[in-house]
Amino acid sequence: MELVTPSIGLVFWTTIAFLVLIFVLGKFAWKPIMQALAEREQSIEDALSSAEKAKEELTRLNNESEQLLKVARAERDTILKEAKQLRDNLVADAKGIAQTEANKMIAKAKVEIDNQKIAALAEVKSQVANLSIEIAEKVLRNQLADKAKQEALVADLLKEVKLS
Amino acid sequence: MRIIGLFKPNRNKFILILAILSFSSAILFANEPAKNADSEHADAIVEVQDSSAVVAENAEATHENAKEEKFNPSELILEHIADSHDWHLWGHTSLPLPIILYTPKGLEVFSSSHFHHGEHPYTTANYTYKIEENKIVVLNAANEVDEAVTKTIIDISITKNVCSLLISVALLLFIFLSVANAYKNTVGKAPKGFQSMIEPIILFVRDDVAKPNLGKKYAKFMPFLLTIFFFIWINNMMGLIPFFPGGANVSGNIAFTMVLALVTFIVITVNGGKVYWSHIFAPHVPWWLYPLLVPVEVFGMFTKPIALMIRLFANITAGHILVLSLISLIFIFKSAAIATVAVPFTVFISVIELLVAFLQAYIFTMLAALFIGMAVEEPHAADHH
Repeated sequence: MELVTPSIGLVFWTTIAFLVLIFVLGKFAWKPIMQALAEREQSIEDALSSAEKAKEELTRLNNESEQLLKVARAERDTILKEAKQLRDNLVADAKGIAQTEANKMIAKAKVEIDNQKIAALAEVKSQVANLSIEIAEKVLRNQLADKAKQEALVADLLKEVKLS
Repeated sequence: MRIIGLFKPNRNKFILILAILSFSSAILFANEPAKNADSEHADAIVEVQDSSAVVAENAEATHENAKEEKFNPSELILEHIADSHDWHLWGHTSLPLPIILYTPKGLEVFSSSHFHHGEHPYTTANYTYKIEENKIVVLNAANEVDEAVTKTIIDISITKNVCSLLISVALLLFIFLSVANAYKNTVGKAPKGFQSMIEPIILFVRDDVAKPNLGKKYAKFMPFLLTIFFFIWINNMMGLIPFFPGGANVSGNIAFTMVLALVTFIVITVNGGKVYWSHIFAPHVPWWLYPLLVPVEVFGMFTKPIALMIRLFANITAGHILVLSLISLIFIFKSAAIATVAVPFTVFISVIELLVAFLQAYIFTMLAALFIGMAVEEPHAADHH
């Protein structure tokens, strides 16, 4: 029975020991430990959530830069396209202008050539006419040296002329 | 912290508790007949050896049998698990402990060495004292026990158990004040050294014992639960050390467990809310069942802490008895050869006792948290009853 009979001495000392422990440890150990644990957990949680936020921010930034890049690429493409167009237009314009200029010059030259030709032809004509008159004068002078021949000619001419 | 890992899933936890509870009570009850059988057996063996005039060669055996020829294991075991006024170290060497008596004639303080291991009476200015069966009695002039005066003195001596208890308290204060200091020095950093060994256990008590049972109100009861857990655990562990400064059966002493159960009872009763009291005095049953049910519920208020008290006492005492019984086998058979069986068995049981030391602290804390949780329950949760 001694085993299951609590002795007053041990009850007394256990009570004191327990009360001392709960007050001293409660004030100087459990309180700071629990507080430190809670604070650390809070800071870990904060760090995790801010890391999450940073990650989201990074993804957002990435997306944004991607978008920007895309836009920039598209813009570059249009600019290049426009430049090409412009170049083509310029070349085409230049070609057109050159063509018309050449055509104009050719036309002018043709006109000039024609004019020269006409002048030359007129010259040739007048030369030929003068020459013919001179030849005819000389021939006539020869032919009409005697009277008989003159009369014969007049007769021929008169025959040809039909009075009507 | 593999042990703690085991408890993580809730279902496993309860199966494990049940298994350990049944296992440890099996040890306790199986031990009783075994012990008796042991001592009978021992008597028989000793008689045989005596009659054949074989003198025990073993030094230990001769020491044990120095005065009485028979080695009585049950006496040895009961002497160990009981309290005493001096701390036996080895052989005939004991550490004398202070005797403190509160008598009608004032406080008396003297060393237990005056009793010469309980063999001599000691006379102070007021009374003549003697130790009989570990209790201090007062002798009258005729050297007989004076029952009337003995009843008036209160023995608050620093006994072996009290001394061990104070060592545990000092250890706990040292450990946890230094750990608390470590928390101050490493604010916001990972735990270091001893702190990192203690922290998982504190977190275990907080996350697996307090929070599931107490809900949001857990923080208020954390100091109580942590103190009770580490107080029981360290005393269990100190009891498993076979030599000074351990070896005392503090947490297997009914006085120790009674105080803890009483404190738990007070915490439960003081924090009992409306739901708790209405559950006892106005349960959700037809009114004509009240005469039956109210006494049962009132009885239940007391059985919970009493169960806590007996469980811890029985489990730890059983462990001590088991280890000592196995060691006693060597002396019962007076043969060192038995040690080849008894020692490995003792080691095996001691290892189990290490687990039990943790488990009993856990179970006590767990059930205390459960009962407090029932006491502080909020009204909306009670609708299910």
